[in-house]
Amino acid sequence: MTKSTRNYLIFGAFLIFSLVSWILEYDFGLAIWDNFLVFAIDMVLILPPAFILIGLFDVWAKNETIEKHFGKTNNPMRFIYSILLASTTVGGTFVAFPVANALYHKGAKYSSIFTYVTAASLFMIPMTIMEASILGLKFTSIRLLASIPFIVIGAILLEKYFEKTGYQLPTVND
Amino acid sequence: MIALYIVTGGALVVSFLFDPTKTLMGLKKGWMKFYKTLPNYLFLLMLISLILLVSEDFIIENLGQENVFLGVLFSLGIGSVTMMPGFIAYPLSRILLERGVPYMVITAFVTSLMLVGVVTYPLEKAYMGRKATILRNIMSFLVAAGISLIAGILYGEIV
Repeated sequence: MTKSTRNYLIFGAFLIFSLVSWILEYDFGLAIWDNFLVFAIDMVLILPPAFILIGLFDVWAKNETIEKHFGKTNNPMRFIYSILLASTTVGGTFVAFPVANALYHKGAKYSSIFTYVTAASLFMIPMTIMEASILGLKFTSIRLLASIPFIVIGAILLEKYFEKTGYQLPTVND
Repeated sequence: MIALYIVTGGALVVSFLFDPTKTLMGLKKGWMKFYKTLPNYLFLLMLISLILLVSEDFIIENLGQENVFLGVLFSLGIGSVTMMPGFIAYPLSRILLERGVPYMVITAFVTSLMLVGVVTYPLEKAYMGRKATILRNIMSFLVAAGISLIAGILYGEIV
């Protein structure tokens, strides 16, 4: 049994569990289902366009362009590009992982993709606006400014290690 | 969200005008990737829904520690293993702040929540590989600790 099949089976069991909870009015089961719906609606809306964009990116983005902005040259601008790209990524890490993988296979450096993935969870624009409105602008500014040096340093350290050990990201596709 | 659809729609139209075959190829590639990860996503959402349900009260009870550093450690731990959308995490943080929980602890909670993903491990592994996933999460944990330390200093909660 492949992992996909296993996950589908577990999901099927979950659907049955939720249906039974609904029939028996089992509160705990219903509460899980409610949470699930909240997330699922988001995913249903975000994932299809996100994956269309990833697919288009795959066929159109030239390796040289990616390498120039995110890759081989030691241009420190690549951190800024990575953070900018990250802040406009909708869907957080769920979308950032596949994008990072695609970037890697187009020739981006490790430090760029790690900056990207990390920043994608910290810098998303809609989420940041929501945060500032609930917790205050001061809190959000401190959190964002304090994180930039840490994520860049962290990304560089990881890159040093991965380049030394010759690590490769898995290929996901077709 | 609407912007995402506008951008995607625009990209599709432009791409199609330039090269229909390439566009179809792109759509096919996107679909294949989506199809491959869909069961992962479903499994994750299920897990998160369950964790979220049992964690909310637990968080409110445990983050308001007397000792700030203990509170930070708790927050980092809870933030790492749980996952919740912003519209739940932020109001929850607001409640905690109103109960006198220091900003430093809140920062640790919010940052590790976003950065460290124990539940997203299977998804991350599929795209980044096992080693990168583990190391990135360890790195992110330390980053979250560092950020909360700075917040603590700037808010005058330590020293």
